[in-house]
Amino acid sequence: MRFLASLRSGRDTVTGMIPGWVLAVVLIVFAVIFPYLVGSGSFLDASTQTLAYVIMALGLNIVVGFAGLLDLGYVAFYAIGAFVIGWFGSQQFPDVNGGKGIHILASDRATFQPKLSGGRLDIAGIHINFFIVLFIAMAITALWGVLLGAPTLRLRGDYLAIVTLAFGEIVPRVFENSTSGLFGIGSTDFSHGRQGITPIDKINLPWSHDLLYSDANLKPAYWVALGMVFFTIFVNRRLRDSRLGRAWIAVREDEVAAASMGINLVRTKLWAYAIGAAFGGFAGVFLGTYNNTVNVDQFEFGFSVFILAMVIVGGMGNIWGVIVGAVALSMMNRYGLPQLNSLSEPLGFDVTSISFGIFGFFLLIMMVLRPEGLIPSGRRRLELREAEIEGSEDTGAVGDMSQMYEVRQ
Amino acid sequence: MEAASITETASAPPPARKVGDVLNAYALPLLLFGALLAQFIYEPTGTLENVKTGLSNGMVWALIALGYTLVYGIVELINFAHGEVFMIGAFVALSLWQTFGVTESTGLALIVVSIIAFLVASMGASATLNVLIERAAYRPLRNAPKLAPLITAIGMSFILQNVGLLWRPTPDQVPDLIGSHSVYFTIFKVDVLHSDVFAVVVTVPLLIGLLWFVGSTKYGKAMRATAQDPDAARLMGIDVDRTISLTFLLGGLMAGAAGLIYALYNLTVRFNMGFTAGLIAFTAAVMGGIGNLKGAVIGGLIIGVIQAVSDGGNFLGLPLGEAWTPAVVFAILILVMVFRPQGLFGEETREG
Repeated sequence: MRFLASLRSGRDTVTGMIPGWVLAVVLIVFAVIFPYLVGSGSFLDASTQTLAYVIMALGLNIVVGFAGLLDLGYVAFYAIGAFVIGWFGSQQFPDVNGGKGIHILASDRATFQPKLSGGRLDIAGIHINFFIVLFIAMAITALWGVLLGAPTLRLRGDYLAIVTLAFGEIVPRVFENSTSGLFGIGSTDFSHGRQGITPIDKINLPWSHDLLYSDANLKPAYWVALGMVFFTIFVNRRLRDSRLGRAWIAVREDEVAAASMGINLVRTKLWAYAIGAAFGGFAGVFLGTYNNTVNVDQFEFGFSVFILAMVIVGGMGNIWGVIVGAVALSMMNRYGLPQLNSLSEPLGFDVTSISFGIFGFFLLIMMVLRPEGLIPSGRRRLELREAEIEGSEDTGAVGDMSQMYEVRQ
Repeated sequence: MEAASITETASAPPPARKVGDVLNAYALPLLLFGALLAQFIYEPTGTLENVKTGLSNGMVWALIALGYTLVYGIVELINFAHGEVFMIGAFVALSLWQTFGVTESTGLALIVVSIIAFLVASMGASATLNVLIERAAYRPLRNAPKLAPLITAIGMSFILQNVGLLWRPTPDQVPDLIGSHSVYFTIFKVDVLHSDVFAVVVTVPLLIGLLWFVGSTKYGKAMRATAQDPDAARLMGIDVDRTISLTFLLGGLMAGAAGLIYALYNLTVRFNMGFTAGLIAFTAAVMGGIGNLKGAVIGGLIIGVIQAVSDGGNFLGLPLGEAWTPAVVFAILILVMVFRPQGLFGEETREG
């Protein structure tokens, strides 16, 4: 603990000497030239996926970190976003427009696997350009964020968490079972059941017919994801410092006090759900096309916890902390564990298979030793500590708790 | 705050019950019962069959739900890892049968002895595990914000699930010691199977024993006191930490028993069975009014029946089926939590 404290003060002095914008420029330049440093291999692949997870973690951070609403069903929005690209960027609905399909700024090559390029333009199904689908998906998931958030408004704490968890479980089930109409109405196949939708259209720029990237050259995919991350960070920063952002923090700290100061609780919470969900859909679209498949097996409860672990390990409420948490956990999951696996044959089991167990362990350790996360937001840390101090005064001090507080001091 | 609300309810005169209140209190049970009745008229034999399956299956959910409700009642924490404690109980039982080579062809006396002995063993293992979980993951956070222990609970759940994954990576067959699917007797054209009888015979004494323990012993009294107000309980000389450990112990015992019953009932175990079972049982606990022991049992039975009817595949012409069952159960969970957080029977709970 003392070591961590010295580390923290050390960091403060280092960051104190360099102006913020220099650090930002260095980071941005590094992020942009990063693919040239690592080549186009599995490491870049893992990094690209990681960027998508960073977006999701930032989205969840709005709900959990800013507004303090524990959401255990974030995977629902990933699912909705991914299915939106599945519907609007594949041959899932072959009968649309008399079998000729609908095409909006989509390359004829994007609609095929790259190898089959140069096909007919009247390929069946709906094919809308990726960059348009991104925003369609954001709108749809935001709407669903409000719809799923609205019933939970009067709930707090555990009950809120469980209801969101239940939504996170229901949404994939509905997709999975809607293979012949919805609830037995109609006969449209929305999902191909457990098989999922594949292939998904690749990314092409609206004005170009060339595909942006291929398996041999993943760099453009990375840059698209990076652009999306920059957009997300920008929006997050602006939101945090906005009237709405301050309202979220007020609601998180004390609902009653916030309400009596004139904050509209319903509107504030619903905005948090809507915007948080929109980023889930935003990243979901990218992952859908990048993985080239949309499959209900991707949308399990573990995924929600995976994203939540990023937010918590990094530091709830702190944008930079969440990014660090997301990069660390995601790179560990996508690159570190498979590497470890190939190194350590004698272990006798597949380390990647227990990755969720490892995240669970991180969650546990973080919460017990350092509940405010690696890079905490100062305010959040105060809240978490305040509760400890109050708690130990209230109940006549559980021994190790007050000790822990002293050490932290 | 909690103390205040308890004195308030104690001193205030009982409020006059309006027609609306009564309707509100009975609306959900009546609705569920009405739906079942309609389904019975729609499809008599199938529904009776489903009710039978649901009630015996519901015994397992009731046992698990008790663990949730006990723990929530006393420390206001959703013990997410409880489903995994149940799974470990089932794994322990199966491992013991495998180690001692007990199969269908073993003599009857030995089978009975093994079931009783391993029931005790799996209950013990689950109880120990549950107590250790509390010690490692929840006790250090007793005074932290409510969010913190909930997150460690999820972490614990994932750790245990992966322990289960390493232990038995693939679904395992359980030896059919009780002849699960053979018919024991037939009543109203419904075949009652060995597994149904087994579930009832093992569960009912445990339930009665638990209710007696919590309701009539000194330790039970300490538990109830701690649930009402931990600080006051401490002042009265109750060792709160030990009482909380005892609560986790009892919950673990029930989960272990549920694990063994589930294994013999369904004849297959899997490392991720605890997650769904846990959520179903949690739904049962919420339905019965969390913190309310009898409510948890009744909730378990209701959920069992709902699940069986949904599994049956045709509810009043609506094409449900096993693929829809989780969604149905979760939808009911949401409905109850949002509209009736105090449970179907309107018992006072802290969350409500």
